[in-house]
Amino acid sequence: MEERMTSERTVAGFGRSLKTEEMVLSMGPQHPSTHGVLRLELVVDGEIVVDVIPHLGYLHRCFEKHCEHMTSYQQVIPYADRMDYVAAMSNEFGYVVAMEKLLKIKVPERVEYIRVIMAEFSRIVSHLIAVGTYGMDIGAVTPFLFCMRDRERVLDIFEQTCGARLLYNYMWIGGLSHDVQPNFAEKVRSFCTYFRPKLKELNDLLSYNKIFIDRTANVGVLPADVALNYAVSGPTLRGSGVRWDVRKNDPYSIYPTLDFEIPVGTGAMGTVGDCWDRYMVRVKEMEQSVNILEQAIEKLPPGDVQAALPKRIRPDAGDLYVRTETPKGELGYYLVSDGTASPFRVKVKSPCFVNLSALPAMARGSMIADVVAILGSIDIVLGEVDR
Amino acid sequence: MKEVLLGALHNDILAYVLMALVPLAWVVPFALFAVWWERKISAHMQDRLGPMRTGGWHGWAQTVADILKLIQKEDIIPAAADRKLFILAPYLVFAGSYAAYAAIPFSAAFVGSELNIGLFYIVSISALVVVGLLMAGWASNNKWSLFGAMRSAAQIISYEIPVALCLLAAVMVTGTFDMQQINQMQEGGIFHWLVFQKFPFLFLAMIMYFIGSLAEVNRTPFDIPEAESELVAGYHTEYGGMRFALLFLSEYANMFVVAAIASTLFLGGWTSPFGDFLSGPWWGVFWFLSKGMLIVFVQMWLRWTLPRLRVDQLMEVGWKVLIPFSFVVVLGVGFWVMAVR
Repeated sequence: MEERMTSERTVAGFGRSLKTEEMVLSMGPQHPSTHGVLRLELVVDGEIVVDVIPHLGYLHRCFEKHCEHMTSYQQVIPYADRMDYVAAMSNEFGYVVAMEKLLKIKVPERVEYIRVIMAEFSRIVSHLIAVGTYGMDIGAVTPFLFCMRDRERVLDIFEQTCGARLLYNYMWIGGLSHDVQPNFAEKVRSFCTYFRPKLKELNDLLSYNKIFIDRTANVGVLPADVALNYAVSGPTLRGSGVRWDVRKNDPYSIYPTLDFEIPVGTGAMGTVGDCWDRYMVRVKEMEQSVNILEQAIEKLPPGDVQAALPKRIRPDAGDLYVRTETPKGELGYYLVSDGTASPFRVKVKSPCFVNLSALPAMARGSMIADVVAILGSIDIVLGEVDR
Repeated sequence: MKEVLLGALHNDILAYVLMALVPLAWVVPFALFAVWWERKISAHMQDRLGPMRTGGWHGWAQTVADILKLIQKEDIIPAAADRKLFILAPYLVFAGSYAAYAAIPFSAAFVGSELNIGLFYIVSISALVVVGLLMAGWASNNKWSLFGAMRSAAQIISYEIPVALCLLAAVMVTGTFDMQQINQMQEGGIFHWLVFQKFPFLFLAMIMYFIGSLAEVNRTPFDIPEAESELVAGYHTEYGGMRFALLFLSEYANMFVVAAIASTLFLGGWTSPFGDFLSGPWWGVFWFLSKGMLIVFVQMWLRWTLPRLRVDQLMEVGWKVLIPFSFVVVLGVGFWVMAVR
């Protein structure tokens, strides 16, 4: 500890040594840029960050322990929503896919298509927040408002379908809570035509802005091998050039039948794996999500959305791990069942938690302003980090 | 106006002091208006409405309501803060911005104080703001405020150089520091304005002055000192209530000062763009204020469009880009003026 706290420098030409001290700065837990209650302990030498130590747990709500005391597996779903509260549908999707595999049941096709549509909407919604708040961290406030405006259109669709804007309790084990409204297809299509020009507007305003590029290119470079060693996933991993997406590499639901691309970072503006790459991967993923939406809504079959399941589900004793691709990365549910109606263990592998662990590796040696940029490019939601 | 006061008061010093205080009648209402204006401009640029209710028509009384609220707030001075410096700092910042108004001519008939070194005085007195900011950051006893204050000091003094050089280019053409005379030289319509003289040098000087002035007043893209997303609120983190209001209002006062200098030196100040049409002492006030507000509008426009530069990039732009270009401009104007003579 002592060696880290002070460092001796010799002032050239004077022959004396000028003792400098490293300052310990606490960024958070209340801070406009830490995307929630996160405390980053920065050890800085002037403006250069020597080390970053994230302190977590400010939003820990005992989700996993709570699950063990629930009287049925269905009760977990509203709580799962609240982990990554920005993209709640994705959390539910992961859980119900895991549960249906545990129960070995198959859901109707209509349910699969609607779930994928909702998951892709949730991806767009989460990336809009990521991109908007990222611009705001860098200093451009206006794109945030534009992203919020576009997000409201999606939230309107969610509200019409299940009554809630942000936390839905929509995807149930074996089906959905409500069928979609009769004008659902029309609303989805009109959103797709509305949204594509907005992406172009975002690119014109923010993505290719010289100041934005200067702030994000070559900053926080995460090399591909380091990323893989840290088990980083999602756009953070794809920004480093690794083409890995659970929807393609370990597919679930109807993703194998849909045609979409996986954008990866190419170092177009700087180095592969810098903040700009991660940001751009998210922007391109929004575009790909719109493609998926258009395909899925064309193929949406008619049918029933609620399966006949008993009130108290009793899966066979056993355990499994199922992963899905949320906007933040690979969300994994490890479910252990002991044969009763109450879950024995619901362990969540949170992508934000794992991605955040790579922050020190990315941020050492950069400046304080860069720490904000790097943290924003990882796109964390503290609800998921802490659960 | 000076004659009126001298005649009425029979006391020189009092008359001069009152003359210098008259711009206050513009500065304070302008600061209140500018806050509202910024909120409306930013709102409309962001596809929303901004204040709509306070006072009825488009929330015009919003700033008044905010000031009334801030006045009522408890005056909290952090226990470990340096009390005297903490209290003094906002007044220094305000004094630094306001003192510059004394030498700016609002019209052919009114200038707060006739100084034959007017421009020189303005540039030097505005530097008082840096002292105030450093005091505010240091006295707050808060690492974040200190960071903001240090960055601010570095930024402002770095950008004083290209600003002063560009003003120097204009002075080389006019041959005088006296702001009123500079204005009078630009009478006769838009093509007599200094920005179109010695083309393209003074045009470049205006653009570089404008960019440098953004750094002087801590506006995006140079708003590192108050970078909200990084340093909470930089040097004014610990300031609340009326002290914060004073710092906030002096920022807008400062914005108008640099806009006024730009419009006086480059855009003709109180002269009418049409020459004799629509000119006169009262029309002069109108033209001067409009040009100043136009530049303030561009400053606000830029704030809500551009991201902010990191502090080292900001210093790089100042030292490695603006200063060489301003030297080129000064040399160019210098040779031109010598050649013509």
